[in-house]
Amino acid sequence: MNTTATPLALVAELTHRCPLHCVYCSNPLEMVKRETELPTETWVRIFHEARAMGVLQADFTGGEPLARKDIVELVRAARGAGLYVSLITSGLPLDEAKLAALVEAGLDHIQLSIQGASEKTGREISGTSTHAHKLRVLTELKKYRIGLTMNFVIHRQNIDELEGMLKLVEEHQPGCVEFASVQYYGWGFANRARLLPTREQLDNCVATIKNAEQRLKGITRVIFVVPDYYAKYPKPCVGGWGRKLMLISPDGTALPCHAAMVIPGLCFDNVRETSLREIWETSSAFRKFRGEDWMLEPCKSCDRRHQDFAGCRCQAFLLAGNPAATDPVCSLAPTRPSVDAILAAIHNPIPANAEEKLPWVYRPNPE
Amino acid sequence: MKPELDATPRLAAGVRLSETNQQPRMLLMPERALRLNGPSLEIVLHCDGKATVRQIAEELQKLYTKAEPQRITDDLLGYLELLRDQRAIDF
Repeated sequence: MNTTATPLALVAELTHRCPLHCVYCSNPLEMVKRETELPTETWVRIFHEARAMGVLQADFTGGEPLARKDIVELVRAARGAGLYVSLITSGLPLDEAKLAALVEAGLDHIQLSIQGASEKTGREISGTSTHAHKLRVLTELKKYRIGLTMNFVIHRQNIDELEGMLKLVEEHQPGCVEFASVQYYGWGFANRARLLPTREQLDNCVATIKNAEQRLKGITRVIFVVPDYYAKYPKPCVGGWGRKLMLISPDGTALPCHAAMVIPGLCFDNVRETSLREIWETSSAFRKFRGEDWMLEPCKSCDRRHQDFAGCRCQAFLLAGNPAATDPVCSLAPTRPSVDAILAAIHNPIPANAEEKLPWVYRPNPE
Repeated sequence: MKPELDATPRLAAGVRLSETNQQPRMLLMPERALRLNGPSLEIVLHCDGKATVRQIAEELQKLYTKAEPQRITDDLLGYLELLRDQRAIDF
C-alpha cells in the first residue's frame, strides 16, 4: 500500500553555473560541473514523469538557470507536460529577445532576485554589478502578463535598506514580494558571522514589513521569511521531509531538500537510473525522515510535530551533529543554548577591521 | 474592502487554471495551487475581465436557483475579495 502524498513541486536545479557569487548561495559547497549536467532529453522525461505523479509546479533554479543553452526548450517541455513553470533567476543573462522567447514558450512566472536597494550593496554581496540590469529587466517585464515575484534575501548587510527595497516594490507592483532571511546552509553557513542580523535590526525590519503588508494589500502579497535562529519554534522545513517537494540537482541526483547532501550516510538515487515515482516512494533518503517514527524527544511527544515536522534535518546536523535531533533553533530543543551563544556573539560590536578578520567567502562559478 | 458590483474581475498575471483534463481543476499561481470545486470553479471561470460582478451573480443564480439572491451576492463578494487578497484576481 502506498500512502505517500504526491509532491506539489519539482525543483529543477538545472545547473550550478552562475555569473553571480552570492555569499549566501544555497548551492552545496561542492558544485556540479557543466560536463555532468543532465541532457535536455532527461529533463523532458522527468517533467512528464512528474506530471504523471500529480506534481503541479516546476521551479527552474540553479545556479542561474538561464546559463543553460536549452532553457527555452526546457520551459516549453515543462509547460507542455502540464506543469506551471517558474523561473528563479538573477535576471543577468536576460535580454529582450530571451524574455520574449521564454514567454512565448509558456513561462508562467519569474522570480527575480535582487540583492539590495543599491548597486553598492549588490556588488558587495554578489561580487558583480547587476543592480542596474535588474531594474531594466523589471521594466522590460511590464510588456508581458506573466507572474512576477521580487525576491530580496535579507541579512545584516542590507536589512537597513528595507525602505529602499520597498520603494522598488511600490514602483513595480509585482504580484508578490519575498523578504527571505538568509538560511544558514552552504555558503550562507560559511559567511554566517557577517550575515546574521542583530535583534534590533530584526525588530525594526518586522515592524516595517508589517506596515508595508497593510499598505500593499490587494496589490502585492508580502512574504517574510524570519531568520529562524531568532524564532521560538522551527520552520516546517520543505513542508516536511519527503512530503511536498522533490529537488533534482544538475547531475540528476534526487534530493528531499537543497542542503540534504551535507547529511552523512544518506544514499541518494539518480533520475538517470531510476524513475521519479520510484525514487519518491522507495528511495531510502526520502524515507529516512518521512513521517515521525524517526523523531526523538522532545519532538516525539510534542503537539507541534505535525506542524513543524521537528524543523530542519540539515540544521539539526550542522548545529547539533545529529540529523534526527530536534532542530536546535527550537526553544524546546536541548541544544538551543548553542544557538543562543551564536546570537550572543553577533551582538558584540563588529570590529572595525571586519573585512580583514572575516573576509567574505564568495561562491565560485563551477566550470 | 469589498469589490464593486460593476467591477470586472480577471485572473491576475501569472495565474491560470489547470488543463481541463486534470481533475480536480486547480487554480495555479506562484508557489501555490488552489483546489476549485462547485461554485468556486464557476466563479473563477467567469473571471474573464468582461463579466461584471453583478453578471456573475446572475449566472450563479441560474445554477443555484434555491439560494437567496442576496446570499449569493454576499458570498460571491466575499470569495472575490479573498481571491484578490491572495493576488489570484484583479479588477
